[in-house]
Amino acid sequence: MKHTDERPRPAPALPTREPVRLVDRHGRRVGHSSFTAPDPARLVELHRAMLIGRRFNQQAGTLARQGRLAVYPSSTGQEAAQVGGVLALSDQDWLFPTYRDSVALVAHGVDPVRTLTLFRGDWHCGYDPHRYRCAPQCTPLATNASHAVGLTYAARRKGRDVAALAMMGDGATSEGDAHEAYNFAAVWNTPVVFLVQNNHWAISVPLHRQTAAPTLAHKAVGYGMKGYHVDGNDAAAVYAVVSHALAEARAGGGPAIVEAVTYRVDPHTNADAPQRYRDPAEVEHWKERDPLIRSERLIRDEGLLGDAEETERALAAFGAEADRIADTVRERLADGDELDPRSLFTDVYATVPPLLEQEHALLADELREV
Amino acid sequence: MAAAPTTGVSMGEALNRALRDAIADDPDVLVYGEDVGPLGGVFRVTDGLAGEFGEERVFDSPLAESGIVGTAIGMAMYGLRPVVELQFDAFAYPAFEQVVSHLAKMRNRTRGAVALPVVLRVPYGGGIGGVEHHSDSSEAYYTHTPGLRVVTPGTPADAYSMLREAVECDDPVVFLEPKRRYWSRQEVDLPVRTEPMATPVVRRPGTDATLIAYGPMVETALEAAETAAAEGRSLEVVDVRQLAPLDDGVVTASVRRTGRAVVVHEASVFGGYGAELAARIGERCFHYLEAPVLRVGGLDVPYPPPKLEHHHLPDAHRVLAAVDRLQWESEWVDDGDGGRTLP
Repeated sequence: MKHTDERPRPAPALPTREPVRLVDRHGRRVGHSSFTAPDPARLVELHRAMLIGRRFNQQAGTLARQGRLAVYPSSTGQEAAQVGGVLALSDQDWLFPTYRDSVALVAHGVDPVRTLTLFRGDWHCGYDPHRYRCAPQCTPLATNASHAVGLTYAARRKGRDVAALAMMGDGATSEGDAHEAYNFAAVWNTPVVFLVQNNHWAISVPLHRQTAAPTLAHKAVGYGMKGYHVDGNDAAAVYAVVSHALAEARAGGGPAIVEAVTYRVDPHTNADAPQRYRDPAEVEHWKERDPLIRSERLIRDEGLLGDAEETERALAAFGAEADRIADTVRERLADGDELDPRSLFTDVYATVPPLLEQEHALLADELREV
Repeated sequence: MAAAPTTGVSMGEALNRALRDAIADDPDVLVYGEDVGPLGGVFRVTDGLAGEFGEERVFDSPLAESGIVGTAIGMAMYGLRPVVELQFDAFAYPAFEQVVSHLAKMRNRTRGAVALPVVLRVPYGGGIGGVEHHSDSSEAYYTHTPGLRVVTPGTPADAYSMLREAVECDDPVVFLEPKRRYWSRQEVDLPVRTEPMATPVVRRPGTDATLIAYGPMVETALEAAETAAAEGRSLEVVDVRQLAPLDDGVVTASVRRTGRAVVVHEASVFGGYGAELAARIGERCFHYLEAPVLRVGGLDVPYPPPKLEHHHLPDAHRVLAAVDRLQWESEWVDDGDGGRTLP
């Protein structure tokens, strides 16, 4: 019988304290020894997806304030981390998002309206996970991470080249499930990249009360994984690092943690009161580091969309497209699936057990009385 | 009472054979957990499987129950049928969030798009002289969770058949193995298919009262019925088998025939699964009942240390004492007012 290879594995290098940055907040390229920015077409694509994401965040926030959504956890300010991570995935790869990753879902190709089913209160998950290769948005923190490990393990067993991006926030890295998932992934050598969006706040708890680790990426080393510390507001850097980590993981080089340092500009949700726990000056500091500002400047300064006139036209077209998607979300929000109370009973088990048949009959009686 | 069989197949052997046949029959079935590989599990239920099928199919995992269940969920999302072992009842608690928030709900959350055919094998219950955290009866934690099937075999034949059925089932199944009965034997030729697990069965027919039991207490209830028969009282024994979702038809039909019922389980009585059975019988058999439905179970204390566990565990004597309290007419007396009452 084959036993585990007991040869000591080389310890991964510690992540850099300075995050990987390829484009600074002024839109200027920064040289890096290990990573290069993606090609111009990809840089433009990242910008376009971030614009769509930003408008989506704004629209969903408005709908929540109007009461048309039960709640919306905004990711304004985090678009580079979400879009940069998702666009690095290949067609067959899976995404394991959390409740704050609607923008990632939209970039991944999920119907934008269906990403809001959960927040609209119609159902828990509005899309078919198999169709989009995207797990339901996960609310219990870090519990989605081990699902990514299991799924990629199963895919490998079936001879398919499938990697996964498991998303979590800074707070989630404190959960036991994060630890268990990191460890399983490393021991089984499954192609999972854990994308940690460090947005500095777990609702009202700041990072320094969350962890004493030098960076969240340092956590990887204890599991025998690589950890990458990235400027999460630099879409080019997130994309380059996640692409590299996914390629390494696919090739058997092991899973990785990518910490994208970013900031939650908006409240935790529309029900939150951030003025009670954080300094508005901190928010302003991060707004100057907005991921969209730098990507637009880079595109303009380097003429990635052509001359000045062509650039204006193209950027205006991107803006119009983002507006159109947001408008569509607003208009289509009402045409959700028919909410038939019968559906409460149909998908609890593979077949409807007698007890649920009885309860369905009771509910039908109540509805008739109404 | 009849001596317990010393020949035939033990429950542990039946479970081992069921796993072996399930792995052989379906390339998507795999078995993992703590110590299930070369060791063969702490109760040897997976004995020989790693050697026979290789570590592709049967392997040891890191010591982390939430990770075990979470990875099984991911595997099932991609078409495998993982059968994972959580080594002991009380050591399964770290996985509770994965079980309740994901395993039980995934089909419902996704409107049927994602089924999770995962089996969680959990050795449960006491009676083996285990030190603390090795003897909990945790069934009620699971049965209170819609979306899970919770099953527990009471005989070796059922252990084989129900485990095969659990692996084939498209719902997540919490498969509770009554660890004190791993060594109980029965003359049976394997492979065997008994009644579908969703249906309770009458283990012993009787006419005077119904004992409703499951898992480790099936044997205890049968022992009580045997003793009662010698004393001239005919007790029917019903084995529930699938605790959730419950199909109570067989249970209520039996109680309607006998008019009296005692629910028996090893878990503490308060808030236990027996309360659900008693309530259903009360609702559905009210006009047939000659006496209140009584519950027999463990004491409402944390599971005791080995030297005191026999005080906690229900035995045939405790069951028969409850049967004696079922307001038999022979015990009624005149109330001095033209009516009759219990003394």
